[in-house]
Amino acid sequence: MTTQTTTRREIKVDYLARVEGEGALNIVTEDGAITHLELRIFEPPRFFEAFLRGRSYLEAPDITARICGICPVAYQMSAIHAMEKIVRLTVSPEIRALRRLYYCAEWIQSHALHVYLLHAPDFLGCDSAIAMAAKPELRPTVERGLRMKQIGNQLLAIIGGREVHPITPCVGGFYRAPARSELRALRDALQWGLDAAVETVAWTASLVWPDFVPDYEFVALSHPTEYPMNEGRVVSSKGLDIPVEQFERYFEEEHLAHTNALHAQRIGGGSYFVGPLARVNLNLDKLSPAAQAALRQTGLTFPNYNPFASIVARSLELVHAFEEAIQLIDAYEPPRPSRLPVQPRAGDGGHITEAPRGMLYHRYRIGSDGLIQNAHIWAPTSQNLKRMEDDLRAFVPQVLALPLEKATWQCEQLIRNYDPCISCATHFLKMNIKRQ
Amino acid sequence: MNSPNGGPAPIKPNQPAQAAKPRLAVFKFASCDGCQLALLDAEDELLALAGQVEIAYFVEASRRTLAGPYDVSLVEGAITTPEEAERIQEVRRQSRYLIAIGACATAGGIQALRNWHDIDDFIQAVYAHPAYIDTLATATPISDHVQVDFELRGCPINKYQLLAVLTALLVGRQPSVPTYSVCVECKRRGTTCITVAQGVPCLGPVTQAGCGAICPAYRRGCYGCYGPTEAPNMDALGQRFLAMGAAPAEIVRLFRTFNGYADAFRLAGDKLEEMDRTSVQRRG
Repeated sequence: MTTQTTTRREIKVDYLARVEGEGALNIVTEDGAITHLELRIFEPPRFFEAFLRGRSYLEAPDITARICGICPVAYQMSAIHAMEKIVRLTVSPEIRALRRLYYCAEWIQSHALHVYLLHAPDFLGCDSAIAMAAKPELRPTVERGLRMKQIGNQLLAIIGGREVHPITPCVGGFYRAPARSELRALRDALQWGLDAAVETVAWTASLVWPDFVPDYEFVALSHPTEYPMNEGRVVSSKGLDIPVEQFERYFEEEHLAHTNALHAQRIGGGSYFVGPLARVNLNLDKLSPAAQAALRQTGLTFPNYNPFASIVARSLELVHAFEEAIQLIDAYEPPRPSRLPVQPRAGDGGHITEAPRGMLYHRYRIGSDGLIQNAHIWAPTSQNLKRMEDDLRAFVPQVLALPLEKATWQCEQLIRNYDPCISCATHFLKMNIKRQ
Repeated sequence: MNSPNGGPAPIKPNQPAQAAKPRLAVFKFASCDGCQLALLDAEDELLALAGQVEIAYFVEASRRTLAGPYDVSLVEGAITTPEEAERIQEVRRQSRYLIAIGACATAGGIQALRNWHDIDDFIQAVYAHPAYIDTLATATPISDHVQVDFELRGCPINKYQLLAVLTALLVGRQPSVPTYSVCVECKRRGTTCITVAQGVPCLGPVTQAGCGAICPAYRRGCYGCYGPTEAPNMDALGQRFLAMGAAPAEIVRLFRTFNGYADAFRLAGDKLEEMDRTSVQRRG
């Protein structure tokens, strides 16, 4: 067969569904070669770093929480830790433990939301969890996911006052710490949740996904004795091991003209991967006993370099978070006082905590009056954006033979592996759209 | 419609329209997604709701989108770009009953903090390449752009209020939510007044109820998530805070957060700031 016409295919998603925020996907291939690839973010710019200037350092947790309705706890935690470093405050072990419990609650609600409502429908050929629930054989599964999510939200509300933009965490601790009885009341539900999370691991591990194993650099916090949440060193699968204070010596964020995209990258090292898959791969030995047992049952190998396996990694973290939450509640001593007194002190400081979607870095400079002079925030999704584009570039050739609708759907699913929160990623950046 | 910054055509269906149950749509403008999350956070009610209405357009939850018109549209977020200003018009045309949900949609939200600054300064200060930025100088509520049939306040909204409003509409009743102040909720909860007893500045007396008065119950002052009540006495509260020893700049910041651009909060903050400036000049 001889023909002069080139075969042009276009994978186009105007508005990516089941992600937080507004993004689009456009890939053009000619004769099997990618001529155009764009993960567009059209979420409007939201000038948080500018809003923070001139505000009190004590307001940063409440203001930065508003960057993301799905993971406000992560923003509060990174902001609070950074501020406490600047004012040189060390909290009590009881406050530290309550913060960890509080973070477990957010991981549970956010991971259950993503695994069941946002990601699983892709593996099952459904448009949404609501469509899944319309199938009698899948309805109990959706109900299990909703119940797990609800338990996470209940724990979050007990500690934080409400699920979205909680009100108790502050620089120095918590405005109010829950009574032991309030937390104990949730223990049975958490035990149910732990069992449900173990079932979730088995279920997600049984899903079918494409073979796709890029050469990633996974980056996550690592702590000598704990699965990383609030503290740790920054480590990577390619041997990086640095204190958080050196983060900006090894990573950079660029506002690039040729792609009009916000790209975080390793200085001199290209894209990297943050989030549950990175955390699990780099902290396997720190997963809770039940999570390690659940992992062994799956027959899957970890560290795992297939991004589609992130749904299993997220499920393993559900097991861990439920199990650790139960332990923390059993050992809970209400911190007294719940909130240590703080005084402002001029200085500069940065901190990373592990948001559900990966490392969240905040750095602030404050004056002796306690007013913020400068703020820098790196959201997990902005750190993953370059990696998502690299993934698409590598993945598209292997789906080109599929019908367009299926190829498009698999590309969407590839993006959803990262649980992207585009609202977070555009807390300060707007990508302009290049027109051809 | 081709939007200037390459956003999607506003309500672009990928499925043909079909009539039956009332059709619910959810639209997002500049926001954190936290208010539309209220639907997914209604874990006990979500599947029941999905049985009562056709969830026709809810991109955060489903890749299937149905063509308008819609019986009820929930609109989250503030209007901050030329594309959004255009898209809200199309949303209005397609919506029989339009509900603005959350502080961003009802008052401009935290995004409206830009309204006190020169947006070009912000862009210059924050972006490496200001030329890429396409944004409006102000962030404004939905009602500045189109007729809004109902406003649900809050940063974030209360999911039970949202369910109550949707339920009212489903049975053909006009929805309503309480418009009294947070103080009423405190009294109902039996919370001792934190301002009177502990001298903590609290916006409860001037803030609309809806949250359940959680902040005073959790030992901090209200910071105004639900915006001003109908006739708030801002001056009296400001004077009280001053008498308690709060600095004027501190009070301005308290008025100017997530509902800072709502009329009463905005005017009170501006007035106090002006007074402070004049007194500094006199002193200086």
